[in-house]
Amino acid sequence: MWTLDHGRVTFGETVAVDDVSLKIAEGEIVVILGPSGCGKSTLLRTVAGLQPLEAGRFLIGGEDAARRLPHERDIGLMFQDPTLFPHRNVGQNIEFGLRMTGMAGPDRAQRIAEMLELIGLSGYERRDVATLSGGEAQRVALARALAPRPCLLLLDEPFGALDRALRDRLVEELPDLLRSTGTAAVHVTHDHDEAFAIADRIAVMTAGRILRTDVPDRLYADPQTETVARFLGHTNIVDDPTTGGRRVIRRDAATVTPTGELTGTVERSRFRGDHHDVTVTTKLGSLDFRLSDAATVRQTIQLRIDPARTASIVDD
Amino acid sequence: MDRPLGRNRSRLIAAAAVVPAAFLGVFFVYPVASVLWRGLGGEGLEPIRHVLDQGRTRDAIWFTAWQAVASTALTLVIALPGAAVVARSTPRARRRIRSVVTVPFVLPTVLVAGAFAELFTTFGLDDGSFRLRHTVWAILLAHVFFNYAVVVRSVGSFWAGLDHRLEEQARVLGAGRIRTFWEITLPRLRPVLAAAGSIVFLFSFTSFGVVLVLGGPRRATVETEIYRYAVTRIDFTSAAAVAVLQLLAVLALVTLATRLERSRPATTAIARPAPPLRRSTRFANYGSMLVLLGLPIAVVIERSFAVGGRYGLDHYRALNTRVPQLPAAATTALRNSILYAFVAMALAVLIGSIASLVVVHGRRWLSRVFDLGLTIPLGTSAVTIGFGMIIALDEPPLDFRTSWWIVPIAHSLVGVPFVVRTMVPVLRRIDPRLREAASVLGASPRRVRREVDLPIASRGMVVGAAFAFAVSIGEFGATSFLPRRPDTLTAPQALFRLLSTPGELLRGQAMALAVALMALVAVAVFAIESVRGTSEGSF
Repeated sequence: MWTLDHGRVTFGETVAVDDVSLKIAEGEIVVILGPSGCGKSTLLRTVAGLQPLEAGRFLIGGEDAARRLPHERDIGLMFQDPTLFPHRNVGQNIEFGLRMTGMAGPDRAQRIAEMLELIGLSGYERRDVATLSGGEAQRVALARALAPRPCLLLLDEPFGALDRALRDRLVEELPDLLRSTGTAAVHVTHDHDEAFAIADRIAVMTAGRILRTDVPDRLYADPQTETVARFLGHTNIVDDPTTGGRRVIRRDAATVTPTGELTGTVERSRFRGDHHDVTVTTKLGSLDFRLSDAATVRQTIQLRIDPARTASIVDD
Repeated sequence: MDRPLGRNRSRLIAAAAVVPAAFLGVFFVYPVASVLWRGLGGEGLEPIRHVLDQGRTRDAIWFTAWQAVASTALTLVIALPGAAVVARSTPRARRRIRSVVTVPFVLPTVLVAGAFAELFTTFGLDDGSFRLRHTVWAILLAHVFFNYAVVVRSVGSFWAGLDHRLEEQARVLGAGRIRTFWEITLPRLRPVLAAAGSIVFLFSFTSFGVVLVLGGPRRATVETEIYRYAVTRIDFTSAAAVAVLQLLAVLALVTLATRLERSRPATTAIARPAPPLRRSTRFANYGSMLVLLGLPIAVVIERSFAVGGRYGLDHYRALNTRVPQLPAAATTALRNSILYAFVAMALAVLIGSIASLVVVHGRRWLSRVFDLGLTIPLGTSAVTIGFGMIIALDEPPLDFRTSWWIVPIAHSLVGVPFVVRTMVPVLRRIDPRLREAASVLGASPRRVRREVDLPIASRGMVVGAAFAFAVSIGEFGATSFLPRRPDTLTAPQALFRLLSTPGELLRGQAMALAVALMALVAVAVFAIESVRGTSEGSF
């Protein structure tokens, strides 16, 4: 269990991490979601011990660890770029952390082979890291971070520099990999889809503060504030005449039916295979929906909104 | 591309190449070839065999090699913490350190040697149980003093460009600070350490003034052997034979240094520079820099004002009066030095600028030949150049022995490589997109050159010019071969004569002259740094 308690970091005038509290349980995957420059990387660096805390406490298993040096924290770290050691080959890169733990030579070789198999690059031990493709290099970086069996893996937008197909695959594989080894992780990203795919819990961060921390489905279904709603990808935020407040309507809340109470004109329609993404102009404003039926542009349709897929929010 | 224009242009470049080629041909290649001819011509390998039979020469070769190795190793070890401070400080502090450490690098060699000699006297290290005077340690210390800047500047800049996240990775993976340095930082610094080391080695290998003053009468290097054969024993053939050996070694070294320079990987855009070092570490470093670089200078300044038991300007006033040891007053020497430095600078800028254009825009082979050819004078020992000039340029139409011109010309030979090495990177770095942008905005090719190329290139030119000036002010080796007359007496020559004559009064004068020289050099260095700004050069 890792606990950051009212942590604070400033750089001159800017407050990068402002009174942030965060708990990570054993084996849990926490995603920190926020726009670039919101302080999420700095937060990650304080957990790694690379950035000293100015105020607040950091505990590992209930024990004060704020002054513990990075190499005494038993963690793994991955950046947006692979940051492989250029003067060492693939095997030696993965071996680095193992040597630091004092593991014997034959055991190290076995562990390296194991890790390479895990990332699908068996037999790459002697390859020069300069000859790897971007995706291969990033996977080697992952293997290097995981090889010493850290209790906590820190990932700083690790897929940001990869092309989409590769990124989708790794986003798919990563949680399984982490769960199979029982490794806890803090994953920093600005991509809400990536956050949903990976997270046990999501912490939404902006301007140095964590706004909310919750499990993904609850967070999505009930974002509570407009800022959080927008970070999570909600675009349908409308005035709610019944309460006088605002409401968020999920994109999958609408079905087309002749008895639907909301009338709208289709502005745009994109065919996505098993569904259509449409933009409809209604009396509530312009709304985006994901419909199972086809809709033609300029067609007038009747929509039924499932109230369970809407939530009231407050301005912040 | 516009082909006729391109062809015209390359013809123009080829025509321009004649100027530096002729200059270097007459004043460098021809004299050096004369040395080769004296050493090898006629009697074949006999003169070389003869000098190699001399125990003294063999000792000199051995000593030259090992003191150069020791100087290089010592400089790298001592300067590495300084490089770390440069790498890990704010850009402003970095610039300031870089300019401060550069002053020793361009100080006249004789001056530095004199400063260390004076330092030993002041602190009672002349004799007794802890004697430094006339020991190899004195020479090594002076070499470290000189070359500290070479390592701090080049290694520091390179280090600053390394991605610190690799160190962070290593820390997180379980490596402590020291282990991270050994396993992650040092291996990545290896190419730049090799390049800087080879330059330090070359400078230490061809060091002359320092060995002459600090080594004592019995300590000989290849350089001082050439001087001894040519000037003391007037045995030109043996001098030439030793010079041939020296040339071969230098040629091998320059080739190696150029190769290392080329293999130095370009630093990539950095994601995260290293954070500044802790205050205590930084200040400990400034302290050691101050002692190593500042103490000899401070001693010289203090001694220049010390008259008996009090302080006064007596030694400075005495500079105006001729002493029997000198053919003219020290102030005359100073005036000569300033005049020659300006002439040498003008020559170096003229020749160097044309040569830089040839290196950057000339055809491939021409560019390569110029690039390497222009580095050789930098590595060639000054003694060989001076010696070559007196044996080669003594007959009409090339009789320069009676003209003062020979002094600035000899000095500019070392200045040209400095100009080229500062201008070429600047010219190469001009982003072609800048030119394209200018021409799309309606500038004619001529206009592009005036509005884009010239302002950028002129910065490199000013830096090179200041270096050429400083080099000329301090030049000692080549000048010591040239005829000794009132109008060719330079300040370092006068300083050497004053230093090598015992007597407190002359010592005081020597120190006063040294202070004047230092002031001149410091002005040149600060001119260099203020123009150079944030850009990095090879020196």
